Amino acid sequence: MTVAVPALVTPQAPRRLLSFDSTWLLWIAIIAVLLFLVVSPFVYLVITSFTAERTGEFTFANYAAAYGRARYIDALVNSLKLGAAAAALAGLFAVPLAWAVARTDMPGRGLTRMLVLATFITPPYTGAVAWILLAGPNAGWLNRFYVLLTGAEAGPLNIYSFPGLALVIALYSFPYIFIFTTAALELVSSEMEDAANILGAGAWRTMRRVTLPLALPAILGGLIICFLEAIALFGSPAMIAIPARFNVVTTQLFQFFGNPVRVEVAAAYAMPLLGVTILLILIQRLMTRRKGFVALTGKGGERRPIQLGPWRWAMFGYAMFVAALAVFLPYLFLIQAAFAKAWGRGFGLENLSLRNFHFVLFEHGTAAKSVINSFLYAGVSATAVVILTLGVAYIVTRRLVPFGGVLGFLCIAPFVIPGIVLAIGFYAAYAPPPLALYGTALILILAFTTRFLPIGYVNASAALRSLNPEMEEAVRVLGGSRLTALRRVVAPLLKRSLLGAWLLIFIPATRELSAAIFLYGPNTKVASVMIFDMSEEGNFEYLSALALILQVLTLPLLWIGQKALGKDFMLRRDAT
Amino acid sequence: MSKLVLKNIARRYGAVEAVADFSLELGQGEFVSLLGPSGCGKTTTLRMIAGFAPPSAGSIEMDGRHISSPSSVVPPEKRRMSMIFQSYAIWPNMTVAENVGFGLQVRRLGRAEIDRKVDAILDIVQMRGLKGRYPAELSGGQQQRVALARAIVVEPEVLLLDEPLSNLDANLREEMRFEIRRLHDEFKITTVYVTHDQSEAMVTSDRIVVMNKGRIEQVDAPHKLYARPRSRFVAGFIGRTNFLEGQRQGSDVRFDGFAVAAARLEAANGAGALLYSLRPQAIGLSAREGSGDRLTIEAEIAARSYLGEYWDYQVRPLSAGKALRVSTGPAAVFEVGSRAWLDINPGDMVRIE
Repeated sequence: MTVAVPALVTPQAPRRLLSFDSTWLLWIAIIAVLLFLVVSPFVYLVITSFTAERTGEFTFANYAAAYGRARYIDALVNSLKLGAAAAALAGLFAVPLAWAVARTDMPGRGLTRMLVLATFITPPYTGAVAWILLAGPNAGWLNRFYVLLTGAEAGPLNIYSFPGLALVIALYSFPYIFIFTTAALELVSSEMEDAANILGAGAWRTMRRVTLPLALPAILGGLIICFLEAIALFGSPAMIAIPARFNVVTTQLFQFFGNPVRVEVAAAYAMPLLGVTILLILIQRLMTRRKGFVALTGKGGERRPIQLGPWRWAMFGYAMFVAALAVFLPYLFLIQAAFAKAWGRGFGLENLSLRNFHFVLFEHGTAAKSVINSFLYAGVSATAVVILTLGVAYIVTRRLVPFGGVLGFLCIAPFVIPGIVLAIGFYAAYAPPPLALYGTALILILAFTTRFLPIGYVNASAALRSLNPEMEEAVRVLGGSRLTALRRVVAPLLKRSLLGAWLLIFIPATRELSAAIFLYGPNTKVASVMIFDMSEEGNFEYLSALALILQVLTLPLLWIGQKALGKDFMLRRDAT
Repeated sequence: MSKLVLKNIARRYGAVEAVADFSLELGQGEFVSLLGPSGCGKTTTLRMIAGFAPPSAGSIEMDGRHISSPSSVVPPEKRRMSMIFQSYAIWPNMTVAENVGFGLQVRRLGRAEIDRKVDAILDIVQMRGLKGRYPAELSGGQQQRVALARAIVVEPEVLLLDEPLSNLDANLREEMRFEIRRLHDEFKITTVYVTHDQSEAMVTSDRIVVMNKGRIEQVDAPHKLYARPRSRFVAGFIGRTNFLEGQRQGSDVRFDGFAVAAARLEAANGAGALLYSLRPQAIGLSAREGSGDRLTIEAEIAARSYLGEYWDYQVRPLSAGKALRVSTGPAAVFEVGSRAWLDINPGDMVRIE
């Protein structure tokens, strides 16, 4: 056997291991992109908060204006209260469900997981709309049933209230806690519980003293994420708090952004939101990384489901109760409204109509286009994020350049910037000339890209870490270049993970509201903004139709994701 | 002419010196093992030869041409070497035939020729029937054969193996040792083999480089390494041994429980402690006192274990504090507590530093 071999490189033309030209150029290019996407909006946010509107001089006046009135301060306090209430309520929904699904013989565990997934992919503003249909004063369905059953004058429920808002937010953010808690509980081995049992502890004491404490850091971490989600949310508060005549930070920011746009004051007013987020994320990281909770890092042994006896049906009942609040009732009445001539007229055949869908898809000026925009922008952003973060993750995990960690940090950093704050930063940085991107598709795509960089990066680096570097070294030692290794081995092997990452970005990006609401223009309206507009106009039938279209369009993507990556691909901990 | 020359190479990671002052020459077609405990720098040395890591000092030459120095490194893909990795690194997205043919494809051979060569090498490693399989459908031993075939089919200038058998079970490991040596005898590829398993190194190698803490302890043919270890580390790492510490007293060297004339011992000059290694197999054990010029010492059997192929005795000379380990054939049976005579040829005692 003879083989034609490439000529051995002669010593006259040695190649540096760190070939300065190409690798460094790439590094500089990526740094430039990340500066543009992450650092510059953040810096502009801070600078703008200290800049006088007309003169451009340094000033504290924006802070004076932002915190100068009692109702502005009230809004801040309301946000904190709302976050705490929503997180506590979400914990009540999530923790028992997570425990039942992960550790017990409750019937319908798969069903419960599926319903949590259905909750997870329901945009919070869609849930808010559904709850307006359910618990609006007088006209809300639950109130009408109550009147029908009891003969009372009026129903007791009013969604337009602080508890109403906290409930709606909790119902659509509890999946975060569920994900964190199941992930932790699935790592507690039965042997640890057996050890408590054999020392004389009963099932209840074992749960209280062993199982729950082991899962506690994860539960608290989930609560923090819920809290942050609640204070950063724009859609639900705008639909519920404003009619209820109270403000939270995000609705107040929206008002600063109304006519005329006072971006300087908004930037100043966004600082506490940013500060609280950074602080709590740090706490959450410290908590879930603390050593001593070996169960969360070590291998779990065998896990036997705990026998609940007759209580398994009580547990199942609770799971279905939560599902009824989050999924069954909301979707029942959304569907009713979407197919109704007028949603208040009930379920009769004479009220049935496809008119709403026809109107939304074919007659409305911008509704159909808004859905296309949503999918287009989400698709471009998701693709950009996956390519960019894969590049960064490759450079970082293979240590191709010194200080590669900086790149990784910049990709993760947007995680601590709430969407609405990010939008203000983007507005401050890129709305004015020379770029003047306000209202363009580009600014929305860029903002979405920044917003979802962390999800992309976490997934890309997890995927790369799972790939033994020897796979690539084997290519190179046989004569293939690094590029050949990427093309022939790395890319094919990461196909699935990258598809998963893409979906994990694409699906939430199609629903993104809190960044989009500050950046869209007349031609770049996205579906979430369209739904928000319709809710302001009170067009609940059209709105429900549009919201359902958005949900139905998501289903095939979900199906692809589950086929490629397993049923729970959206409910894994690394996904969030 | 030497095929591969490593001159004083070193590799530093921060303050840690993984490899220091390593020099070695390999002849064309020679099979050399790097043997040592984990963390001794053998894999680092191998990766420097492959071009995955630059040396922080020294240089590597192949066929008289520079391929590595701290300032310039020929990248791995330009070295015409091949390597078998600890994880095998069989690409799971390619079939057996595609894995094996990859290196030939990179070398731009025609399709027909690739097919022919792939079939030929798969015949040699007895994997031809499985050429259409994906790696996930193969056993560990079969994956190992694919890795071997993939590395050999390109007829590399140098073949590098990084603990290739450490993931196999014991029986398969033994079989594959002979397989690797057989393939080497067939293709005569210059080979560097990294392992921490001494019997693997002994079965496969022409010469063994014993490494410890980043440095070379000894380079020798397997039988010499065993018979004449040059350092305490080598004597202890290769096989089992008795360390005997003696003091010069006049014309004798005094050991624990017996004395030997200095003239009969290797390098028995100098003051202070003299350390010798004596293999358990080199010690005879008999029920009667021996005669002739061999050393014969009355001793007591302190403990014993039977291992099927041999007896492992702990035998304490009557006036000694410590027992010696002695291996005998399965037929030599002595009860614990009984008397026996140790029979030693002083020439088997190897002076070590």
